[in-house]
Amino acid sequence: MRACPTEALRVIEGKAHLHANRCIDCGECYRVCPTGAIIVEQDDFQNIFNYKRRVALIPSVLLGQYPDNVTPGMVIQALKNIGFTDVFEVEDSVEYLIPQINEYIAKNQNKKPIISSFCPAIVRLVQVKFPWLVGNILLIRPPLDLTASYIRGMLTSNGVSNNDVGIFYITPCAAKIAAIKSPVGEEFSELNGVINMDLIYNRTLHEIKKKNVNKIPNSFLSDLSARSITWALTNGEAVNIDGRCMAIDGIHNVIEFLEKIENDEVNGVDFLELRACDESCAGGILAAANRFITAELLRNHAKQFLKPDQSSNNQNKLQKYEQLLMGKINLNRVEPRSMVKLDEDMAKAMKKMERVKRLMCYLPGVDCGVCGAPSCLALAEDIVQGEGAISHCVFLQKIMEQNKLDPEHSFRIMKKIWGTNRFYKDCDKPIQNK
Amino acid sequence: MNFEFKVQGGDFVRAGNASSQVKKILKQLNVDSAIIKRVVVALYEGEVNIAAHAFNGIINVEIDTERILIKLDDNGPGIPDIDLAMQPGYSTASPIVREMGFGAGMGLPNIKNNSDDFKISSVVGKGTHLEITVNLKSTKEEV
Repeated sequence: MRACPTEALRVIEGKAHLHANRCIDCGECYRVCPTGAIIVEQDDFQNIFNYKRRVALIPSVLLGQYPDNVTPGMVIQALKNIGFTDVFEVEDSVEYLIPQINEYIAKNQNKKPIISSFCPAIVRLVQVKFPWLVGNILLIRPPLDLTASYIRGMLTSNGVSNNDVGIFYITPCAAKIAAIKSPVGEEFSELNGVINMDLIYNRTLHEIKKKNVNKIPNSFLSDLSARSITWALTNGEAVNIDGRCMAIDGIHNVIEFLEKIENDEVNGVDFLELRACDESCAGGILAAANRFITAELLRNHAKQFLKPDQSSNNQNKLQKYEQLLMGKINLNRVEPRSMVKLDEDMAKAMKKMERVKRLMCYLPGVDCGVCGAPSCLALAEDIVQGEGAISHCVFLQKIMEQNKLDPEHSFRIMKKIWGTNRFYKDCDKPIQNK
Repeated sequence: MNFEFKVQGGDFVRAGNASSQVKKILKQLNVDSAIIKRVVVALYEGEVNIAAHAFNGIINVEIDTERILIKLDDNGPGIPDIDLAMQPGYSTASPIVREMGFGAGMGLPNIKNNSDDFKISSVVGKGTHLEITVNLKSTKEEV
């Protein structure tokens, strides 16, 4: 509950409830949930078989998940064994994108700093928590979407029927799933489905362990350039963009920094690469390997090349499809969806704020969370919005019991928040040793 | 509604606290973002001024549905020539303050530019008093 950076979670009847309009799909709650109660919705793997051309669109971080003796070639072979007909890398469009981003920044000097649209959790964070900064978001589609357009265009222009093409993204995070299921700044997504990286990791590793995959020596199959390989890592974008660029990872770090940007305390920055996860996509919540090891592995892959824009194969294959992509590179305007206002009407909002202030005089300020809200202030705001009661606070219950609150009743209130089971003896409750 | 904030002279680390808090409050009150921006910029400059020149100060923010009124009172050296102090680029900031990236002489003019009504008075050897008003239905928006 307290892991949520936008205070979107409340505990009711022993379960975590999500305020959908506050949620930014960052997945921080998934990361910390002790019981695994939070699941990341994905498409049924069997759906891939509805298509003749079953494309696995993999992010480079997938190739950084496996043990040392599993080479990228073996992973791709394993993906084909489990049912895919084609494997493409998300970062295929990075070389094509870099000049486009630079051009965009040069043209939009009045919107500085430009905030990268790469991380969908960040786009949503800006919408709900920093609504004034939505105009700063880079209105260029991220590599995932652009590569999907490219694959679809390439396959259909080679005679494959559009209906036969099924593009499935293997995701390291929840935000990308949400971005595909309910895209921001796009009418539709070119992807047919999303499959969680942990599921793919298990299935492919199983194939490899069963020795259904030939040992393929460490020849690098991918034809990505060095900077494309590291694009999804922290500082992957920032080092390749002109001007003064900064890279910040970790949702709380990002929030802290955006506060400063919003206050005009930071000047002269041209471009901000902001990522919700620590170590960016290597730290995605559905990743299997340790994020630092994944990042190191990918950086080592990239080091095989002398120059950052050098690749093992023919680069910039997207150029051929320039015509097709030109119409698809831009995002529509991103609209704010502010969650912070207490009321549309300022006079009403002021009344509510006065009430919050008064409530805070009585609430203990220890932010224990026993009321089911992440902080005393969050409870006070819930009360004012009619979604909570002062008797939810254990401290105030004690005081109220001295007057007229029946102890039996306050017990019922706690059961209502945490569920009846919470009050039974349970030796098997999940305990996380730190 | 009234909110009060204290500012310590020389404490640039915390200069910006009041403007951050006020920003959050105004966002919750659903105040237009362009107006919040002007309030925050003016208040931040005011905070930095107190940190740079005075020993300490008190900021009082009054909000109603018509306007936001900010009063900044400091105990400090005061300003001997207000007209001069209001000139863009004029600064008496010490070299140490300038080294920290402040003291470019744009503080007071910037506050004035961002407010709908601006009052300043000062007693040398005692302190400076600023009153910044930003109207919610700002005349600066009407074209």
